[in-house]
Amino acid sequence: LDGNTGDKEYVGFATLPNQVHRKSVKKGFDFTLMVAGESGLGKSTLVNSLFLTDLYKDRKLLNAEERITQTVEITKHTVDIEEKGVKLKLTIVDTPGFGDAIDNTECWKSVADYIDQQFEQYFRDESGLNRKNIQDNRVHCCLYFISPFGHGLRPLDVEFMKALHEKVNIVPVLAKADTLTPTEVQKKKIKIREEIEQYGIKIYQFPDCDSDEDEEFKQQDLELKESIPFAVIGSNTVVEAKGKRVRGRLYPWGIVEVENSAHCDFVKLRNMLVRTHMQDLKDVTRETHYENYRAQCIQSMTRMVVKERNRNKLTRESGTDFPIPMGPAVSESETEKLIREKDEEVQHFLHL
Amino acid sequence: MSSHGHGGSQSSGGGSTLLGYIGIDTIIEQMRKKTMKTGFDFNIMVVGHSGLGKSTLVNTLFKSQVSRKSAGWARDEKIPKTVDIKSVSHVIEEGGVKMKLTIVDTPGFGDQINNDNCWEPISKHINEQYEKFLKEEVNITRKKRIPDTRVHCCLYFISPTGHSLRQLDVEFMKRLSHSVNIIPVIAKSDTMTVEEKQEFKQRVRKELEMNGIEFYPQKEFDDDMEDKSDNDKIREAMPFAVVGSDKEYQVNGKRVLGRKTAWGIVEVENPNHCEFAQLRDFLIRSHLQDLKEVTHNIHYETYRARRLNENGGLHPICDTQDSNL
Repeated sequence: LDGNTGDKEYVGFATLPNQVHRKSVKKGFDFTLMVAGESGLGKSTLVNSLFLTDLYKDRKLLNAEERITQTVEITKHTVDIEEKGVKLKLTIVDTPGFGDAIDNTECWKSVADYIDQQFEQYFRDESGLNRKNIQDNRVHCCLYFISPFGHGLRPLDVEFMKALHEKVNIVPVLAKADTLTPTEVQKKKIKIREEIEQYGIKIYQFPDCDSDEDEEFKQQDLELKESIPFAVIGSNTVVEAKGKRVRGRLYPWGIVEVENSAHCDFVKLRNMLVRTHMQDLKDVTRETHYENYRAQCIQSMTRMVVKERNRNKLTRESGTDFPIPMGPAVSESETEKLIREKDEEVQHFLHL
Repeated sequence: MSSHGHGGSQSSGGGSTLLGYIGIDTIIEQMRKKTMKTGFDFNIMVVGHSGLGKSTLVNTLFKSQVSRKSAGWARDEKIPKTVDIKSVSHVIEEGGVKMKLTIVDTPGFGDQINNDNCWEPISKHINEQYEKFLKEEVNITRKKRIPDTRVHCCLYFISPTGHSLRQLDVEFMKRLSHSVNIIPVIAKSDTMTVEEKQEFKQRVRKELEMNGIEFYPQKEFDDDMEDKSDNDKIREAMPFAVVGSDKEYQVNGKRVLGRKTAWGIVEVENPNHCEFAQLRDFLIRSHLQDLKEVTHNIHYETYRARRLNENGGLHPICDTQDSNL
């Protein structure tokens, strides 16, 4: 921040973006990423590859018998990452058990419930009295893993994405892409894109480029949009390829390099997720998915309160008097509880 | 459905022991791009009785004619019975950053014979902006960016009497320092010599302290040691003794803003002549964002908490119901 520049026109508020980001660097950022898809599609490996960590080292893999009795769980892992002075609190939400049972009807329900719960928690915090340190646990992005072994989307894939596309940003990913040849990958991508459109699934849309962006950026943006679903490969191991140490998978017929764009879309996915669209993913979650949830929530609460008031009017006219509880700043779920209790009381009285 | 976390936060040891660079620091660039596009709002209020150079100072600060100078009260013009609140907005741009600057002027303040309660319309205006924002926040369908008309900063002009603060100064600042950021400035300081300025400043600061007036930057809101040391330096130097001018003169081959007198030219941006440059750097170049954040995170939250505790709580506004705020 230089003092007197002597330049007539220079007021100095062009430093505003720097003032804003100085505070953000101090505070640090957070990001919540959900991974979903059936077991064995390489979700954990991909997460480890993306963020260069080993989040799952204490994990125990279950065998088939153990899996039968397991219901879909929701697990959270949090890791603090720091790079060039910028701190990120990364939370990975995993969905073990998804799609593993014989009967998978509505197995996405616990996932949808989890997302709603985070919205509800935030809504309650935001509407409360002390808003100083609200923790934002809302899910900013869901990577959905599509199996490379099918012919495009399977019924479970369609059902899951349709159940969640209005609650979270869905980014579809074609898992274990090293089992496919380049031609097969292309064909599958086209098929999956067609099916997504056919079934009316609203995946995360990359915002359009500004007209004043440079050509290189616009080109990258176009390539990004045409890469969906991202064909990815993950690896926890480092192998030696052409004298270099790279993350990859060693086969008798060659080495698959994770960060080689000719081999897979890992780099595109990572760049999109971290380097170009992380902020937008959070913005869309906040401005669209969360606002939708909040609006629905308020409307259904208002309907309940109106219904209760009308019901009380009836009972009052029949000679009874139930005062509506109007305490100070009760939280939303307490109000619901009170309404439910009153409802039961009224029902009980009417049946006497 | 169970929800449990594993292992809490395990630090991955930064990017140093791992192969490669993830790119997390680029999020700053992403944020920056977005804020550049959306632009900024800044609302500044000026308070002080007429003739203290309020409009001139604001014009000097922002190097443009954003505030219209009043010519004082004409003889047959009646001074308004209550303080008027006049807001004027301008969009100014610098280095690709667009700012919607709103100046809230308060003509009539302190100009009456009986100035009792002349701070009330000002207090009312400030609270009305908080109320407006609150109503928007509580709405069912909320705007992406709620228009922010809240007063981020109130420049209070102290008359350079050379003696001490006046009763009105103390009353105003005492009452309003808890609902808005007040920055006191000593106006038209070219009427004092260097020694007189120093003595006056000392006296004013002592009086502010004695009356428990917390001006911005408030001690209790310092985030960490770094902030505290920066802000301590600023607090020591306040209130800034300023001079404003929109006229240019030639001094040592350069064109500078100043006031030409028979005995010399007062250079506005010369730190030896007055503290305008310090005020400008503090207000615009380093603490602009912080002024907005303190307004939003502290003053507004205080207002909101108070409103939530009255009337049995705040109800979200539905299209079919009248708000019971």
